[in-house]
Amino acid sequence: MQKNNTKIRALTGGYAVAEAWRQIQPDVMAVYPITPQTTIIETYAKMKADGLVATEIVQVESEHSAMSATIGACAAGARAVTASSSQGILYMAETLPVVSGLGLPIVMSVSSRALSAPLNIHGEHGDVMAVRDLGWVQIFAEQVQDAYDDTIIALKLAEEINAPVMPIMDGFHTSHTTERIEILDDEVVKKFVGERKVQQSLTDFENPTTFGTLALQNTFFEFKIDQEKVMQKAKAAYKKICGEFFKISGRKYEMFETYHLEDATSVIVIMGATGGTAKDVVDKLRQQGKKVGLLSVKLFRPFPYEEIGQALSHISRIAVLDRAISFGAYPPLYQDIVSSLYHSSSRKPDLASYIYGLGGRDTMQKDIEKVFQDLEDGEIDNKVKYLV
Amino acid sequence: MKLNKDTFEIIFFARGGQGAKTASELVAHGAVAEGKFVKAFPFFGPERSGAPTKMFLRISGKKLRTQEPVTDPDAVVVMDETVIGSQDVSKNLDQHEVLIINSKREGEEIRKDVPHFKGKIYAVDANGIASRITGASNPNMVLVGQLIKVTEVISLESAAEVFRGVFLEKIGKDLTEKNIQAMEAGYDEL
Repeated sequence: MQKNNTKIRALTGGYAVAEAWRQIQPDVMAVYPITPQTTIIETYAKMKADGLVATEIVQVESEHSAMSATIGACAAGARAVTASSSQGILYMAETLPVVSGLGLPIVMSVSSRALSAPLNIHGEHGDVMAVRDLGWVQIFAEQVQDAYDDTIIALKLAEEINAPVMPIMDGFHTSHTTERIEILDDEVVKKFVGERKVQQSLTDFENPTTFGTLALQNTFFEFKIDQEKVMQKAKAAYKKICGEFFKISGRKYEMFETYHLEDATSVIVIMGATGGTAKDVVDKLRQQGKKVGLLSVKLFRPFPYEEIGQALSHISRIAVLDRAISFGAYPPLYQDIVSSLYHSSSRKPDLASYIYGLGGRDTMQKDIEKVFQDLEDGEIDNKVKYLV
Repeated sequence: MKLNKDTFEIIFFARGGQGAKTASELVAHGAVAEGKFVKAFPFFGPERSGAPTKMFLRISGKKLRTQEPVTDPDAVVVMDETVIGSQDVSKNLDQHEVLIINSKREGEEIRKDVPHFKGKIYAVDANGIASRITGASNPNMVLVGQLIKVTEVISLESAAEVFRGVFLEKIGKDLTEKNIQAMEAGYDEL
């Protein structure tokens, strides 16, 4: 089945992302290589040591500095990237809105993990949910193949819209699992991402530009409205780039994936790695004649409200599964699904909220079957339930 | 695959440092080289040298999606029999499935330690065989050989090919070939 321009390999998610970066060869990668870092940067550093990449790897003294150095390099016109996880992302949180505010096309590969305290660095979406409102595009991967593909798509998307993008894979479940994946030909990837077209650069001394100017009460608001316009453009750009990516890879990505949704009555909405587990459950229950389906969200920011609302408009019972907790509120994905449905349909489906997999807790197929069973039994109310 | 299942599932029990990760990934890489789909992942606990570890491996002819750990294996490989006291190594292993154990003892003697298991026990003195061939007592390659013989999840040739590809540059020709011999010895030990 091997296509002419692809190689089949067995790689972990972390390695697969590093492999995508090797093919892209960014100019600069600024990293802070201690726990809770990902395997992406140690793999990439080894590639550098082996002479496979020309990227300037800048080792800094903190995650805050990692993003700051990436900002500097990107503003100077370089293609600059980094990777982080968990507490590391929170440590750089101060700089994340700077990236989006400056309109810098930085890509940060994320292996999504829990936040302290208590100490735990295992998989969940707590870290990326904590920074979801900072103007970064967020794309979730289900399998190792997606993590590789998302990296390439993310870079092209970031440079097309001049906004930062965070391709996200579930920590450990995707980042540390070895799977079979298809690697595109180096030249194909190179051609696909092309060269960065720099509109303004700090180092363009003929045309000096100010980055991050002071914007007071009379202009700051407009800057933020402009930023939101960029985010809204991201959806169309993502669709277009996914279309182009399909042409080189044969793999099709959309803002969200639907699985047996057409005639379903009970549906789970989920995001990330556990979507794979849920698909197996859907197959199993379908064999038993149950009308169940799945919607797995891929593009989380900007959130495709209208499109998802439309896709779910005929469903009568929906459970939203979040791998994050939002203290004192409904969990993040659930909130967005409620908004999607409220604005797109006059029908009101029965909606349930579940939280699963915090701190790396295993989510088994039987847990997901239980959710479908709850939906079938009408065990649906406005209380958040925990799949512990 | 011998047991002719859609998806073949294996758990490796070991102690940190024995090479369970290398063993499971070697089989995973071999399976991918043969055109199969895999998921190989560790039990995500703290990794300390000497602590009990677990590796999960799924191999299938079709795309694998589920992310849950393996709970109902088709084969179990125990690299260190002292983990049996704290780990339920034969859990959900039925009489048609196999338990491969690194041990100097006879299979029937080991059975006393896993009283609920009714299937076949394959006991291999992997440390002894490895020491004799490679000069080091890492049991993993011998056990991979035995696993391949018993389950036929991949061919011995694929495993040897992958081993060469990964290790030739790292450990040199002599040690690479000795490790492959250890694998072959594990394969022949039945």
